[in-house]
Amino acid sequence: MAFIKEFGSWLPDRVVSSEEAGSWVGSDARWVINVSGIEERRFACEDDTVADLAARAAADCLNRAGVNPASLGMVMVASGSAERTFPGPACMTAKKVGAEGVPAVDLPMASAGSLFGLSLASRLTEQLGPILVIGAEKMSRIVAREPKERGVAVLFGDGAGACLVAPDSGQAEIVDSVLGTDGSFSEDLTLENGAPIKMNGRSVILQASRKIPAAIRAVLGKYGIAPPDVLSFLMHQANQNLIDKVADTLGVPSARFFSNIRKYGNTSSASMLIAACEWSRCQGFQPGAPVVFAAFGAGFNWGALLARGV
Amino acid sequence: MDRRSKLIEIIKAVTRKDDVPAPDESLFDSGLLDSFALPDLVSALEKEFSIQIPDSDLNPRKFDSIERIEEYLISRN
Repeated sequence: MAFIKEFGSWLPDRVVSSEEAGSWVGSDARWVINVSGIEERRFACEDDTVADLAARAAADCLNRAGVNPASLGMVMVASGSAERTFPGPACMTAKKVGAEGVPAVDLPMASAGSLFGLSLASRLTEQLGPILVIGAEKMSRIVAREPKERGVAVLFGDGAGACLVAPDSGQAEIVDSVLGTDGSFSEDLTLENGAPIKMNGRSVILQASRKIPAAIRAVLGKYGIAPPDVLSFLMHQANQNLIDKVADTLGVPSARFFSNIRKYGNTSSASMLIAACEWSRCQGFQPGAPVVFAAFGAGFNWGALLARGV
Repeated sequence: MDRRSKLIEIIKAVTRKDDVPAPDESLFDSGLLDSFALPDLVSALEKEFSIQIPDSDLNPRKFDSIERIEEYLISRN
């Protein structure tokens, strides 16, 4: 069995308004908010690395859980904005958090990375012990690259989220997950070395608006659960309009989809776990109630994970 | 109602505008359609023409104008 033991998160102090972000691309805050629902995002200090952000979220998670980092069976770090190709941020994250010697794995997948990490961790934790899954992104480094594209540069923010998956007990049991990948659309969302993000937004939205609801229905359908019976949906915070569209497709109120994109923007692989961490503080799991995690990102990679409160 | 008339009605319903685009006019460039209305257009096409459009066919360019949508629908027959 696999359980969600605790969440953690870390966000930078510096708030970047949509007025400021819009000015980079000749737009105003109203336009940014209209196309994305994002009012502000956080940017980390110039000296901060992805591993720094990841380690802070990891420490928050481990402190809340009261777990010694040395007892971890594995550390997974999902990030699409790492400073270099190798070594990725996982090894330094493990070192910074006090988990030297613990195997640390990078998931360089961007937005769907944390969901894939949770799914993998749920399948490995019985053999390896507690697994710390982290999503961490320093997107401010990426969006600063020229030329800034109007529909891309304003969307992203920095931050990190973490989730401790354990084999014995926790707040919720991870019941099952479905994952998918289709490389046919790999050129529609790319980040080449040193270049800005290239995104075919129409293709991303079109595919995401179909694949996310399909993945959610697939994982719920295996257990005879209808979408309206889900307590909360914790989805990758890509765009409020996309979140609303997925909710509409599933026939559930948008309010059932926890959203903090207004405050933090799209933090790629970190967003779902940052959202889950905030959600757990203000709402949280209820005994027996299903909760669904879902994400979609570059690749394309997508999936949904079903958890049930203990 | 012929195929084109049905298409125009679908576009009007999805865009919530009464504008009738020229057959070769880009629905995106004209401002009639945005990224978030495109999935609605695809769903409406599936319903109206009783087809299931596979995800592998979901290239936005295939749905960029009335002519292109017609070409796609013909290819499905």
